[in-house]
Amino acid sequence: MSEDVELSHVNMDFGKFRAVNNVNVTIKAGEFFSFLGPSGCGKTTILRLISGFMDPTGGAVKIGGKDMIGIGPNMRPTALIFQNLALFPLMPVWENIAFGLEVRGVDKATRRAKAEELLKLVDLHDSADKKVSQLSGGQKQRVAIARALAVEPKVMLLDEPLSALDLKLRQHMRAELRAIQKRTGVTFIYITHDQGEALAMSDRVGVMSQGVLQQVGTPMEIYNNPANGFVASFVGENNVFEGTVKSLSNGVATFATSSGNFTSKVGPGVVKGTQAKIYVRPEHSFLQAKASTKTNSIPVDVAEMAFEGNFVNIFVKDAKGATHMVQAQNDPNASPPVRGSKQHMVFDTEDAVVLVDAATASH
Amino acid sequence: MGELFRRYGYGLSITMVGLTAFWLLMLVVIPNLVLFEFSFKPYLPVVDLGGPKDVYSLKNYETFLNSPIHITIFWKTVLYSSLVTLTCLVLSYPLAYFLSKVCRPANAPTIFLLLLIPLWVSEILRSFAWFIILAFQGPLNALLLGLHVIHDPIRWLSGFNGVIIGLIYSYVLFMLFPIYNAISSLDTNQVEAAQDLGSSMWRTHWRVVIPHSKPGIASGCVMVFMLCAGSVIVPSTLASTNSRWFTEIIQQWMFEGLDWNTGAAYAFLLLVLCILFVSIVMRVLNVRLVDIAK
Repeated sequence: MSEDVELSHVNMDFGKFRAVNNVNVTIKAGEFFSFLGPSGCGKTTILRLISGFMDPTGGAVKIGGKDMIGIGPNMRPTALIFQNLALFPLMPVWENIAFGLEVRGVDKATRRAKAEELLKLVDLHDSADKKVSQLSGGQKQRVAIARALAVEPKVMLLDEPLSALDLKLRQHMRAELRAIQKRTGVTFIYITHDQGEALAMSDRVGVMSQGVLQQVGTPMEIYNNPANGFVASFVGENNVFEGTVKSLSNGVATFATSSGNFTSKVGPGVVKGTQAKIYVRPEHSFLQAKASTKTNSIPVDVAEMAFEGNFVNIFVKDAKGATHMVQAQNDPNASPPVRGSKQHMVFDTEDAVVLVDAATASH
Repeated sequence: MGELFRRYGYGLSITMVGLTAFWLLMLVVIPNLVLFEFSFKPYLPVVDLGGPKDVYSLKNYETFLNSPIHITIFWKTVLYSSLVTLTCLVLSYPLAYFLSKVCRPANAPTIFLLLLIPLWVSEILRSFAWFIILAFQGPLNALLLGLHVIHDPIRWLSGFNGVIIGLIYSYVLFMLFPIYNAISSLDTNQVEAAQDLGSSMWRTHWRVVIPHSKPGIASGCVMVFMLCAGSVIVPSTLASTNSRWFTEIIQQWMFEGLDWNTGAAYAFLLLVLCILFVSIVMRVLNVRLVDIAK
């Protein structure tokens, strides 16, 4: 039904530029795995390496335990959904879907029946004979999914296929994709720069930066225990203070910054004396009138407020002029702090973490 | 028209439109109409012009139908022009695909320049160059003999061989460029999508690339066929004793026989043939005129 994909020590060089740097990850059969990263981080290159449009300059790509080097894209058990979908505009919808079967020599009646069946699966009845240009963005999306599913791939590769859709449709298609993946049990490898997409849909996420896989984990692990500063700041918001680890005992660091000393957890690779940054999530930062002695506390001025409905973002300035954000649940019975008022931003040791910037090569 | 006036002002617009209209009317439309009228009149001594013998008839066209040799030459011109067109297509399509999708974009201009430089030399000189190359004791035979590929020199210029080689060489680029343009406009993802779905190279071309580039292919075919059928210089320079081209017959009527009337009739037969051929090609490839004009 589905196969696992193993990337071991994969390198990809374009001239002097190393687009993918020693990537090591095994994507399990039937898993929904996302590669998340900013543009130019090498995630699309990884997709092309798995689909077979390129071979790595170093390392191995295995699908179902079989080495794929030298095997062309038309011989791999993968199906790729392109960012621009790349539907064939000169063929009607059903021929698009059945193209992979046509290639395999399936007769026309069977092809047609299979196309109709897949159209039902993606909720597009009665569109078999339409032209591609007659479909809406979301419908084209579904046709692309159906076309890829028609060849019964072991691994489905998706290259930011939702990025061209509007927000509503995108959120709908997220759920849809997830449902299709669960229904078919095919391994999905999803490429995106949208952290919301990656967190919401994936079983596991691999965060990439500059060709290096920074961290692999469940969406929760990625968000709650980021491995380094890049992951922390790419996935979600943070209040950040720069400084040095003064002392370290039982996994709790005393961290000296120009705004004062803080206590926090430490991330991997942080030792005494490390120059690093401390990261605190806005939802773990609170405002109170008096300074706290039990937790980390820093005097701030309330600068700006943004009411988002279910929560409020309160922007505060510390003595150095740096802006931080405090996220509070909307509470109709409590009035939010007044603009310009003096407050203290507090956060627990457990909710703050010292992290090094980013890995330059994976291990 | 309003847009034109707004951009260039009245003076410049009227001059430009006027010059184009003059060119079209005086150098294309009127001469053709005059010849068309000529083709229905008999060839008469000057004194009889406007006299009782000067009446419209289909006699000149009958002359053609009554000369089996001319009919044979007519069909041979069609046949060999088609052959040249087909050969140009077979040569150009892979090259066009290579230039637009395979080779590095940085290298394409250099290759284009190399392809274009020969075009800077006049057609008559290029034909003559081939006449020298293909001569019985010419460099091609010398080379092949020297390499022991052949043991006896070949008569390259017998039959239609020379004409075909010359025409292919002269007009192959008119096939290449439209196809190149058509393939360039194809989203490379389409090719990759087909491949990804398991398609072989042949099927990808047959189902994705060729359907997309059909207007370019049709446009190239029409252009090359028209140029071939209407070519005079190449067929007369690279001719052998038995390779008559239909344009040469027209030339003969007009400049050797001084019979412009029959010559004009023959010329219009050729024009009708070309239009017919173009229509058939378009029908077969299922393209519309607007696609070709693009």
